[in-house]
Amino acid sequence: MYSEKVMDHFTNPRNVGEIPNADGVGEVGNAQCGDIMRIYLKIDGGVITDVKFKTFGCGAAIATSSMATELIKGKRVEEALQLTNQAVVEALDGLPPIKIHCSVLAEQAIKAALADYYTRLGIDPEPLVGKIPNGCDHCVH
Amino acid sequence: MKRFVYADNAATTRVSEEVVAAMLPYFSEQYGNASSPYRFGQASKEAIQKAREQVAAALGAEKPLPNRLPEVFFTSCGTESDNWALKGVMHAMAKRGKRHLITTNFEHHAILHSAQALEKEGFSVTYLPVDHEGLITPEQVADAIREDTALVSVLYANNEIGTLLPIPEIGAVCHDRGVLFHTDAVQAVGNVPIDVKAQHIDLLSLSGHKLHAPKGIGALYIRKGVVLPSLIDGGAQEFKHRAGTENVPYIVGLGTAIEAACRDIPARAARLQAMRDRLIDGILERIPHARLNGSRTRRLPGNVNFSFEGIEGEGMLLWLDQEGICASSGSACTSGDLDPSHVLLAIGLPHGVAHGSLRLSLGDDNTMEDVDYILEKLPPIVERLRAMSPVWERILAGEPVE
Repeated sequence: MYSEKVMDHFTNPRNVGEIPNADGVGEVGNAQCGDIMRIYLKIDGGVITDVKFKTFGCGAAIATSSMATELIKGKRVEEALQLTNQAVVEALDGLPPIKIHCSVLAEQAIKAALADYYTRLGIDPEPLVGKIPNGCDHCVH
Repeated sequence: MKRFVYADNAATTRVSEEVVAAMLPYFSEQYGNASSPYRFGQASKEAIQKAREQVAAALGAEKPLPNRLPEVFFTSCGTESDNWALKGVMHAMAKRGKRHLITTNFEHHAILHSAQALEKEGFSVTYLPVDHEGLITPEQVADAIREDTALVSVLYANNEIGTLLPIPEIGAVCHDRGVLFHTDAVQAVGNVPIDVKAQHIDLLSLSGHKLHAPKGIGALYIRKGVVLPSLIDGGAQEFKHRAGTENVPYIVGLGTAIEAACRDIPARAARLQAMRDRLIDGILERIPHARLNGSRTRRLPGNVNFSFEGIEGEGMLLWLDQEGICASSGSACTSGDLDPSHVLLAIGLPHGVAHGSLRLSLGDDNTMEDVDYILEKLPPIVERLRAMSPVWERILAGEPVE
């Protein structure tokens, strides 16, 4: 069902945890749908120096969180903004079709954390980050 | 030491050696078509007859006599039996103006989706709500029966949470009111004593692969006098009630399996129950915020179903698999759907809690060592997933989750 990479990131998730004095925190999803992702960013001089996540969700939700954090760690904020869910899926060697929404959620969680970072700087995040859907887009709850 | 523990016997069971041995001759040696008049074909017919006797005896049905309409008909699976019972009865009774079906909201999909298909045809269906343990009362059934009620269908034992329904009492209500009664007993056969006559059952579905027979064989008990149109049209097999060349080896397998499963139900159930209770008590002792789903006492002897707050079920299954343990979950991720199990929602679980469910179903091949192995491996898995869960954080802080 899952690629070896997904299983690797599920069983050994990278960057799990919290950053107490984070520069940006974003959370998407809800318990009803069965997926919640929260991302913490430490940003220094426009560079993401540290990133952590906490996720409630299935194997794919945990693996996409882990991979998404790996993909933006050490990157500039502008680069992190370019992260797409397809990039997360490709980096994991694919996901079953029903799990694609997990990668969408991972992309949104990163964007939500970046939006929080801009807001804290007094910058309106919407022109830069776009609209973050409230909750998730894949179910009716 | 790592073990392999198959704890998903409600999903399917291992085909037993006894069943394989009984089936084997009917593949390459005794392969005649039961409809053929020569002796080589008739031997297959006799094998089917013997299996029909075994199934009838296990259910308390009438002993089938050669060339007389029996009460037990072989089908391809439990789902076919359920489809046939519901659609057959409703179509037959519609001619008498009876177009109302009563069932529950936590049936297997074979029943629920058949009922929905009937609704699309214009039949009316009442879905009785179960209580927090998954029970309905005979009074609920009595209150729901109308002038035009044709059939009541209530599952004998729930496949996910193991609740045993008061079938004899519900059957008595139905017969008192002149309504036919069907039960999906796929999970119950072999686990609880069944007697279709004493328990007022008119139709009963069962499946082979839950009883150590192979997948692809089932049966429907139809009480004498109840006439259903066929679901599958074709040849004259199964007394013109179910067309299709008889699957002789599988029918033989089902007969052998049901006889073995029903040989000594109290002893078999007691063995499973001892393992089940040790597992339930062990989990409750070791894992905080664990909720046993279903009834503690009115429960299938091998069924254990828990919700662990703060985590999602699929993650648990993947980790258990890493440890060699096979289990199942009612979480959305494992149902192939985006909603958690309708059974867990029916007993009132919030979505978030339903997502974190785990079913361990013990069977004849399990041992106490398996139970202890699960009790050793499960708590650290739950702990690990909770440690990375933002929902668990909220639960610990006493914040609302949903």
